[in-house]
Amino acid sequence: MAQNGSGGLAQTVAEHQDEILSEWLALQVSGGALQSGRIKEAELRTQCRTFLDLLRDGLEQGGTDPEAPAFGRAKEVLAEVSRSRGMQGFTPTETAAFVFSLKRPMFNALNRTIEAAAGEGGGAVRAASAATARDTWDVTLLLDQLGLHAMEVFMKAREDIIARQGREISELSTPVVKLWDGVLALPLIGTLDSERTQVVMESLLQTIVDQSAEIAIIDITGVPTVDTLTAQHLLKTVAAARLMGADCIVSGIRPQIAQTMVHLGVELDVTSKATLADAFRVALTRIGRAVVKAPRAEAAAPVAARRR
Amino acid sequence: MATGDDAARGTAVLAIGSSDDVVRVRQEVRSRAVAAGLGIVDQTKIVTAASELARNTLIHGGGGTVRVESVSQGVRRGVRLTFEDHGPGIPDINQALKDGFTTGGGLGLGLGGSKRLSNEFEIDSAPGRGTRVTIARWK
Repeated sequence: MAQNGSGGLAQTVAEHQDEILSEWLALQVSGGALQSGRIKEAELRTQCRTFLDLLRDGLEQGGTDPEAPAFGRAKEVLAEVSRSRGMQGFTPTETAAFVFSLKRPMFNALNRTIEAAAGEGGGAVRAASAATARDTWDVTLLLDQLGLHAMEVFMKAREDIIARQGREISELSTPVVKLWDGVLALPLIGTLDSERTQVVMESLLQTIVDQSAEIAIIDITGVPTVDTLTAQHLLKTVAAARLMGADCIVSGIRPQIAQTMVHLGVELDVTSKATLADAFRVALTRIGRAVVKAPRAEAAAPVAARRR
Repeated sequence: MATGDDAARGTAVLAIGSSDDVVRVRQEVRSRAVAAGLGIVDQTKIVTAASELARNTLIHGGGGTVRVESVSQGVRRGVRLTFEDHGPGIPDINQALKDGFTTGGGLGLGLGGSKRLSNEFEIDSAPGRGTRVTIARWK
């Protein structure tokens, strides 16, 4: 029965393909598919034509089961369309509309077969309308399944973007900067979860080697919560740096964080300063340098340069 | 992820199943603490305590939930948190509260620390029955 029904369906699609395509395109355009300017009409037309061709082939060979191998190519194209829309920043509604807006043109095409049968008289109309009701249901099921497939791919594409951004952020937010010869600073921002701490520790230790640094300042002004796990990560980083011959100074401990750490019972066995500037001053003193005020700009400039 | 939130926005129940959820718990608790009018020091204390207990729920309890409540008592306002898990439970609560005692490789300060960071602290646990910790911080 299904074979019979879908055979009729494939035939209907094949007969009315041009009308379906133009109606489908018009629906999408009037629905605002081109408004965002992310996609050109020619591109949309190509996508629609390709998908409709493959859908027709699928119906001819595989009935109305979207899991059938005959729909493989159609689903691939659909996945490609959905993925590219996910990347281009289309909304889920806009993406789903690609499939769901195909329903109306398909139903209209099915209705036209009844109208054609009407010319042939009573028995033919009854048979045609029964077949059409069945085909309508089959088309609905098929397009719903394909729509869900499109959404799945769309969400996956979005999730991939989010995961990539997460990785980028964790790299971006842990830069090790050189403040002076032998003095590094590591401004930490955000949550110090285990994954981030690993990146932080690696890049700090590597930079200590590369720059032969004596002192590393870890600034936690941008860390909103310092709990025991964060403290433990900090202590481990300090200990590892110490093993490599570099001393650490922790700076940017705000008053509320300091009070909380005291209540928690966390002891940071490390020099700490309230601000990065204070920590820098300590670091300079330790490497035997000092920042002094130049007496007069013009006369002092070469002298100051030599002092360094 | 909020799995429940009553109409008055008095209570929210959040699942704790990953370290991302711990971050979410902290954010929810911070916004509640701000709404309750807690000062910056009290905010930081309750958020830090929440972070410790959420991580305990995750690591020792194998995941669970936290109920975040905005509470008031006369003119006093505050935040109450109830962490619940169905993990192995704590055999010796006094030992667990002692600073430096750890079974998870941490510093061993989380449970005792969160008690010191809260105005109210209540713990109910037994082996095989899971653990429930309730804390509150008042303005």
